[in-house]
Amino acid sequence: MANSDSTTGSRADEGVSAICAKYDNRPDALIEILIDLQAERGCIADADIAPLADTLNLSRAEIHGVRSFYSDFSSAPKGRVSVKLCRAEACKSVGGDALAKAVEKRLSVQLGHTSPSGDVSLEEVYCLGNCALAPAALVGDRLLGRATADKIANAIGKSKT
Amino acid sequence: MTHPTIIWVPCDSAARSVGADAVAETLAVEAAERGVSLEIRRNGSRGLFWLEPLIEVDIAGQRIGYGPVDVSDIPALFEAGFLTGKPHDRHVGPVEEIDFLARQTRITFRRCGLISPLDTNDYESHGGWAGLKRAAILPPATIVEEVTRSGLRGRGGAGFPAGIKWKTVLGEQRTPKYICCNADEGDSGSYADRMLMEGDPFTLIEGMAIAGLATGAEHGFIYLRSEYPDAIATMNTAIARARTAGYLGPDILGSGKAFDITLRRGAGAYICGEESAMLDSLEGKRGEVRAKPPIPAFSGLFGQPTVVNNVLTLATVPMILSEDPGPEGYAALGEGRSAGTQPFQLAGNVRRGGLVEAPFGLTLRQLVEDFGGGSLTGRPLRAVQAGGPLGAYIPVSQFDTPMTYEALAEIGAMLGHGGLTLFDDNVDMAEMAQFAFEFCAEESCGKCTPCRVGAVRGAETMAKIRSGDSVEDNLVLIEDLAEVMVDGSLCAMGGLTPMPVRSAIAHFPEDFSADGGKN
Repeated sequence: MANSDSTTGSRADEGVSAICAKYDNRPDALIEILIDLQAERGCIADADIAPLADTLNLSRAEIHGVRSFYSDFSSAPKGRVSVKLCRAEACKSVGGDALAKAVEKRLSVQLGHTSPSGDVSLEEVYCLGNCALAPAALVGDRLLGRATADKIANAIGKSKT
Repeated sequence: MTHPTIIWVPCDSAARSVGADAVAETLAVEAAERGVSLEIRRNGSRGLFWLEPLIEVDIAGQRIGYGPVDVSDIPALFEAGFLTGKPHDRHVGPVEEIDFLARQTRITFRRCGLISPLDTNDYESHGGWAGLKRAAILPPATIVEEVTRSGLRGRGGAGFPAGIKWKTVLGEQRTPKYICCNADEGDSGSYADRMLMEGDPFTLIEGMAIAGLATGAEHGFIYLRSEYPDAIATMNTAIARARTAGYLGPDILGSGKAFDITLRRGAGAYICGEESAMLDSLEGKRGEVRAKPPIPAFSGLFGQPTVVNNVLTLATVPMILSEDPGPEGYAALGEGRSAGTQPFQLAGNVRRGGLVEAPFGLTLRQLVEDFGGGSLTGRPLRAVQAGGPLGAYIPVSQFDTPMTYEALAEIGAMLGHGGLTLFDDNVDMAEMAQFAFEFCAEESCGKCTPCRVGAVRGAETMAKIRSGDSVEDNLVLIEDLAEVMVDGSLCAMGGLTPMPVRSAIAHFPEDFSADGGKN
């Protein structure tokens, strides 16, 4: 099943094999596997697709299709700190749009982009489940309530250290 | 030696989002400096979010609250004598007696905020595992019958009777069967699933195990969204501990029956909250909606008979199977076919945001005004969006609607997952209508044309209306498009996106006039 160099021409990738093995090489665990791989490497690069396909006995198109479907996955590395701003209704009702503008200005990054230094990527999400303390943001794994540009900048500083 | 004073500080991610961790740390440091003996315990949230971080001092078994506590308040709290319940600006009295909480009927959330979430013994001493213990000795058909008799309906939004769904799966001969818990709570304004999974995870595990015993399923999956990292960590630990304690595994409580749970993370796709898209995602695929029939009860995960229920549905089952309140007691609450209690969630521009579990039938006004206290900004309310991004905008003139599935349907609205997002009079309803289409365009799985293309065309047309371009004609176009999306979409994403749009146009026509509501 795995590492069939002769049939696919792809090279085995020990990191990929190790993560897939954690899930018994089950193709239905593909999303878990991609989450782990991205956590380790910062993205799901094009070069990762063939070894994944070989190990899980899936087609490359299937892996590519899943990678491109879910907004958490990225084919290129993102910033060292990820900042996710909630853009949904509950946050809009208490100034979410103004916050988004203020954060873009404060961090000098547009929503959906990564800062040139590679420090921060600023992303839109729809709902972080903190709607009673809106507006909400997620800096790394740290949830912020009643978020302001200051609080977000502060949390970025903390997660860098 | 005297016993240390017990102080509860929530570990719920919303409480942490406004500083609960720093409060816990500072309490410990300050106590050490003063030579005071403290035991800091972490609980879930009570759901009184405007008071978070809400700390509770245990004084002879009564929990006295202080909130919202800032780190800078802590020295003064010690000096005021908060460890003996003395007054302070942040003093809110016995937590159970706070009006917002005292007026609720907590069944699904009875332990949330009260116990240490990952302590199986604390869970047990507060009535936990009682339902599973009964289920372990009952015939499957009896369990299903009790759930049916309780009147419990799916809390994810569709409101389908849980017992009927279970009966269908029980009647299927093919194995393996699966229990899939939909924890992809993506509706803006909703946070009940998150709160429960972080504050009382064992009740979900117990409910899933009961569902397994009832239907003959030996494996369950929890599909939990990646936006909830704390809930993921808590649920994973809870599953491991339940397994160690014998509540999950090859022989549950000596019943000879097996049940175990695997947690699977989502990856940022709202559509995976739709049950068939969730099943595809659990199979490792793109989260695309399936055409129905067949329904998942016949052909669900891996094509096998599958129960798909929301977190709140499954988490309520233990109390139905226990004697408190039991099926009859649960069915006696609520109104008509809306039986039992619903965890409503007050969100957005609200003074007292939080979770209100109450029997169906109280009015939207009671929730928004009596519990919520109106808007956060202090400005007049203009609309409440009920049931998330696919739900209707309800105007103030309809605030006396009773909160039941039926009464909401009558005014063209829906309960959804029970989220209620408040907006003050600064809201531009045409902007919200455009956002509804944009959200659908962003999150559509793309499988059916009315949703995939309709959402984009809708957003474009709404943008024209907002710029004053052929407003009358474009509103006709929007209505045509809405009809196609409702009738032609495969699932609720495309089928319900017209609900917020139509309600905004119907109730707030002034925002859609040629001058954009500026006059």
